[in-house]
Amino acid sequence: MRKNKLAMSGRHDLTGWAFLSVASLMIVWMNFYPMIKAFHLAMQTGTGARMRYAGLINFQRILVDPTFKETLGTTFLYLIIQVPIMLIFALILASMLNSPTLKCKGLFRTAIFLPCATSLVSYAVIFRQLFALDGYINVVLVRLGMLEAGYQWLSYTWSARLVIIIALLWRWTGYNMVFYLAGLQNIENSIYEAARIDGANALQQLTKITIPLLKPIILLTAIMSTNGTLQLFDESFNLTNGGPANSTMTMSHYIYRTSFQLSSDLGYSTAMAFVIFVLVAVLALIQMKVGDKR
Amino acid sequence: MKKTMKNLKSFLRYVFLITVSFFSVFPLYWMAISATNKNVDVIRGTLMPGTYLVENFKTLIDQQNLGGALVNSFRNSIVLTVISLLICSLAGYGFEIYHSKAKDRFMGVLLLAMMIPFAAIMIPLFTMFANMKLLNTTIGFILPTIATPFLIMLFRQSARSFPRDIIEAARIDGLNELQIFFRMFIPTMKSTYAAAMTITFMAAWNNFLWPRIIMLSNDAVTMPMLVSNIIQGYVTDNGMLMLAVLITTIPTVIIFFILQKNFAEGITGAVK
Repeated sequence: MRKNKLAMSGRHDLTGWAFLSVASLMIVWMNFYPMIKAFHLAMQTGTGARMRYAGLINFQRILVDPTFKETLGTTFLYLIIQVPIMLIFALILASMLNSPTLKCKGLFRTAIFLPCATSLVSYAVIFRQLFALDGYINVVLVRLGMLEAGYQWLSYTWSARLVIIIALLWRWTGYNMVFYLAGLQNIENSIYEAARIDGANALQQLTKITIPLLKPIILLTAIMSTNGTLQLFDESFNLTNGGPANSTMTMSHYIYRTSFQLSSDLGYSTAMAFVIFVLVAVLALIQMKVGDKR
Repeated sequence: MKKTMKNLKSFLRYVFLITVSFFSVFPLYWMAISATNKNVDVIRGTLMPGTYLVENFKTLIDQQNLGGALVNSFRNSIVLTVISLLICSLAGYGFEIYHSKAKDRFMGVLLLAMMIPFAAIMIPLFTMFANMKLLNTTIGFILPTIATPFLIMLFRQSARSFPRDIIEAARIDGLNELQIFFRMFIPTMKSTYAAAMTITFMAAWNNFLWPRIIMLSNDAVTMPMLVSNIIQGYVTDNGMLMLAVLITTIPTVIIFFILQKNFAEGITGAVK
């Protein structure tokens, strides 16, 4: 009898492996295998058929490449400014929408979440046109008398970076808010009522109840946003095309340029891509460590 | 006194939420309005629906391969969504229902794929696909994202709530394992499939970098590529451009509204 059961479970074990085999093979083939190939490619130099082994030359070149340093700096600028503002803002909106006395909740939620339904290229192009010299933003600012003539938002380093950050906030705040809203639904409202009776104000409720209880979700959104920001491409490509003078270009955009647009330096580009991989992994590890401690 | 404070607070909260909602919706409103207006009126800053929609449409199909791009985008996204949902749900079901320690460890390994940035593998993928002669093809479009650890996790999570009694009963009735999956699991998990469908279709429809790399022929452009191509020119006709953006946005917004509830449940369901 026992033997029979074991044989059954052995057969089911195999069935299980068969069920998960196709998807697993695809992940291995389309993610892990290219990663190994990337490591191999990063050690080579030359183009097309004339690729040859070059050791760590590509990595040495990264260290003295001013454009790479600039794109690295710009990407981190987006990360450090945009991600914290977005997450705090999303948290505030979520706790407001979670309030039981609020009316028209669904309407607000839909409106704030709506930007997530637009594609990255679409919203990048919309913001590009809104902030163009003859765009709507300038029209309004001139009409209000705040500007005498249109301002070239996308032609100056800092205003162009600001536009990218505003666009990113617009597109992703609602997305993160939905995660927090789902998390808040698991927190009993009576906890807040008890806190209110004890005299806790809104800020105290946020820092003493909401944030500690949502910690795992906040950690998840932080990791996802960091990951996404380090890989920014569509916005840099379509909103500013990296300009003026590469000052808004992200790392992914630069890698795309060196491999597919201006040259086809695949070895060097892959070496730079490796840096992104290491950064994503290291930052995720740090965030998980910090998240665990608190 | 205390009551007026409370009223004021509540009032300010509504003002704040209305302001945020306004800024969230306004760029999309401006986009839709611009699609119906002449370029000069868009530049003048009109916020009223115009009568130039048909003209913009004519300009758009004259200058761009709109029909081709729409067909490509729909075909790529639908094929990817159907196959992806099938193999990822099979995998999620396999991991959970035939659970074993070895499978858990293996899932842990697969999850590492989530940490691989696309930029890190796009160049090797490009050379692989060029060698396999898959540039400019739907298969080339779908393969890299056909299986994702995220979708597998989503289905594994939902399989956890699938009653084991049903499986036992179905086995006694003589259904084989694959039949149980197709006839019992899929119909009960409709909402998970709806969420997965929304996420996968939107990601496929909006994907830009990968088609930008492998779709080299003009016949293979997708909608986001078409929008991006329009702005590469020196002079931009805002009305025509925003119509292209509008057309790109409509399918995802429709899906978003139909499946909004499932979508929110879906993206957060995998978190718990």
